[in-house]
Amino acid sequence: MAEKSRFRDAALAKRLTEKIWKLAPKEGVVKICHVCGTHEWTITHYGLRELLPSNVEVIAGPGCPVCIVPASEIDEAVELALRDVVVTCFGDVLRVPGSRISLLESRAEGADVRVVYSIGDAVKIARKDHEKDFVFFAVGFETTTPSTALEALSRPPENLSLLVSHRLIPPAMKLLVEMEDLNLDGFIAPGHVSTIIGLEPYRVFPKEHGMPTVVAGFEPLDVLFGVYMILKQLDEQKPRLENEYARVVRWEGNTKAQQLMHKVFEVTDGTWRGLGVIPSSRFSLRKEYIGLDAHLKHGVKVEKGVDQQPGCRCHLVIVGRIKPTECPLFMKTCTPRKPVGACMVSSEGTCRIWARSLRS
Amino acid sequence: MCLAIPAKVLGIQGSTAQVDFGKGVTREVNVMLVDAKVGDYVLVHAGYAIEVLDEKDALDTLRLWDQVLSAEAE
Repeated sequence: MAEKSRFRDAALAKRLTEKIWKLAPKEGVVKICHVCGTHEWTITHYGLRELLPSNVEVIAGPGCPVCIVPASEIDEAVELALRDVVVTCFGDVLRVPGSRISLLESRAEGADVRVVYSIGDAVKIARKDHEKDFVFFAVGFETTTPSTALEALSRPPENLSLLVSHRLIPPAMKLLVEMEDLNLDGFIAPGHVSTIIGLEPYRVFPKEHGMPTVVAGFEPLDVLFGVYMILKQLDEQKPRLENEYARVVRWEGNTKAQQLMHKVFEVTDGTWRGLGVIPSSRFSLRKEYIGLDAHLKHGVKVEKGVDQQPGCRCHLVIVGRIKPTECPLFMKTCTPRKPVGACMVSSEGTCRIWARSLRS
Repeated sequence: MCLAIPAKVLGIQGSTAQVDFGKGVTREVNVMLVDAKVGDYVLVHAGYAIEVLDEKDALDTLRLWDQVLSAEAE
């Protein structure tokens, strides 16, 4: 493979930054929004914001799939875990606050909650232990959904069911662009979601909203190039859809994964923590696969939960309205060790990433 | 959580492949979402390969960046 270091080449970054400074408008503010926790990590870790002109802002949208799972869905997982069902989940989900407790805290009340690396591991564990009932808590955007679809189609063991919390990213981007007071000027679209869905779902943003949209990778130069391409489109007043991450993302995406995903799931309205209901933003099991639904199998349904703890401003951080440092709880009562809001819990949450960069 | 890491395919058996993440870190991943063969680099997310990477495309990106910056140098 091409050397990773070449995508972090300091000399190239310097030349690119000079271009960005030249292209940036002399007046007004350009606000670019990304929607991916890994992009936020790259930007914060490499200090990219400090390289940009002060009127070119890069803000973090709702790009952390764990942070946006509503408390009601965490509550369902907790309820199952407390009922002698073994709940398997990704490590990131463990500490996300529910209305009363998190999955991690449910362990202290006797629940069996196990972290797995993939849904495949959950299938293996369930196959080995016929005596117990297992649930896989399927969280994640379109990057993760195909693996759930694949296992749903591969005759999972009867003692395994699914608690599906998968969400789609483009409808959340639509919500952001329609929040007029947010005044966005461009989108850096998420590289790995795009690996699956391709570029077509973003076409609406330049076409109907005049928003430059660039799919970008995760090396520092990828993100800087994304910013550069957006500024160039703004300068030319020709908003369009471009692919900076062509070495990974194909225009049509991974069509095999898309087919599997749409075979198993239908798109329905979904609640996002801090954002409310977003139309057509959730993957739900189609009726042919409803036998795998943990809600039906175990009779669990929590309609409403407590998404927001008092004082927590996650709902504003998640759409980039405020920076983590503008939240009164940040690094005071809310820390990585004792998180109050979901944005401080996950390694992809904006507050957690900012907290980590403060420490280092 | 949408983190995905490139790895080299060492061998394939049915739906799973042994892959190398570099520095000798190997593990089994599911390759049913892609058409990968031994020697390919795949992008791995949560135990599943989600795309096959093309070395030529990676080199093209570097070349393109260089061109963009050179072509517009005043």
